[in-house]
Amino acid sequence: MDFSVVIEYFPRLLSGAWVTLQLVLLSVVLGGIFALPIALARISPVAWVRAIPFGYIFFFRGTPLLVQIFLVYYGASQFEAVKNSIFWPILKEPFWCAIIAFTLNTSAYTAEIFRGAIQAIPKGEVEACKVLGMTKVQMYRRILLPRAFGIVLPSYGNEIILMLKGSALASTITILDLTGMARTIIARTYTPIEIFLAAGAIYLLISMLVIFLFRQIELRQNRYLGTQSIQLEDKS
Amino acid sequence: MKLKKIALGSALLLGATISSFSASAADKVRFVTEGAWAPFNFIDSAGTPQGFDVDIARALCARMETDCEILTQDWDGLIPGLKVRKFDAIIASMSITEERLKVVDFTNKYYSGGLRYMGRVGDTVDTKDLSGKTVGAQRATIAAQYLEDNLADKIDLKLYDNQDNVYLDLVSGRLDIVLSDELPTYNWLKTADGASKFEFKGDAFMKNDEIGIAVRKSDGKLKAKINEALAEIIADGTYQKINARYFPFSIY
Repeated sequence: MDFSVVIEYFPRLLSGAWVTLQLVLLSVVLGGIFALPIALARISPVAWVRAIPFGYIFFFRGTPLLVQIFLVYYGASQFEAVKNSIFWPILKEPFWCAIIAFTLNTSAYTAEIFRGAIQAIPKGEVEACKVLGMTKVQMYRRILLPRAFGIVLPSYGNEIILMLKGSALASTITILDLTGMARTIIARTYTPIEIFLAAGAIYLLISMLVIFLFRQIELRQNRYLGTQSIQLEDKS
Repeated sequence: MKLKKIALGSALLLGATISSFSASAADKVRFVTEGAWAPFNFIDSAGTPQGFDVDIARALCARMETDCEILTQDWDGLIPGLKVRKFDAIIASMSITEERLKVVDFTNKYYSGGLRYMGRVGDTVDTKDLSGKTVGAQRATIAAQYLEDNLADKIDLKLYDNQDNVYLDLVSGRLDIVLSDELPTYNWLKTADGASKFEFKGDAFMKNDEIGIAVRKSDGKLKAKINEALAEIIADGTYQKINARYFPFSIY
């Protein structure tokens, strides 16, 4: 074991970590934005409106992220029509291909998380909204979505951490994210254990940051529940 | 009674497994190749490794009169895998370089290579000045290393896990130029994807590049055995026959 290589190449690992952060942040934000309408359509009372997001979620949850990345990056570029389209300047860039694949993937998962949260709201609260004469929009805006946001936080934080780890697959399409950078360094130094340990430590640090951040938002969002937000109610 | 039998049976089975492991480690030579570097090593439609490297490995095994196994492994896992004894010898068109010699040992060369650029037919490319071009190469190859060392701040360098993906991105138009070993490029330029659309740019360089078989540093015995067998297949014409299957000129 020779950890001097870690010190020597640490700045390059950090620049890789920065790319990883950009990938995760952008795709999680975009994925979150897309997830909301998908989740709402998913719980629509109309059968065909429900069917579309169902198919979408079924596909993106049921296939490996690596396959989705390859389909976007290598698959789309096989077609002349794509290469001649206005989208080519974006699809030409590996970074944006990764963002597209990650966003589609995470929005499918996140939509399911949102749906679960909305449906987890006690029926009585929905009925109370109706009794007060709220319109559907008012009900969602004032009660259901803020409530769902509180419920969703723990599992949503989980999804972001999964995305962070999934982002390592970006290295397969020439992106020099943390993993890509580590592999490029190893190609030169042949010290896989040392460099991968260092990269792993950086991933761990980023997840710790995400966990901490979500804990803070969770405590704030659910503060009306007091300390009981984490404890079971005492029935006795 | 029944339980005893099962216990005895599984103990025997375990013993057999262990002994077969140690036996294979003792007399079998486990060659490994990459499988994405046509025509030197590639996986045929039946899923078995084929190519110049594989043919040479088979000829060496026949010469050494040992049992051989030919495995495949992604390129950047070859040297780490050799170090931890997943296999005994890498025959994957690997150049003998200073960096690699620090971690593994090499046999004598079994062929010689050189680097050469490739680009689109019709594009005028000055290979002395590639500023602003998007250039692709396979990660952890001498081509990638050359670009990183000499042109990293002038070009947009893209590194791939294997050469097949480099070709895909050249065809798709994401890459302007590819730097790779001359011989596989020569081969690819004859395929349907490459022919008439792409061509060599500039002359070959680093022509002193020697390709060897990598073994562990502690495996001097195997190295000597392979070197001996290699000299023999070159002397008796087996090597030349294999060479002729892939190239109309000598690549030694």
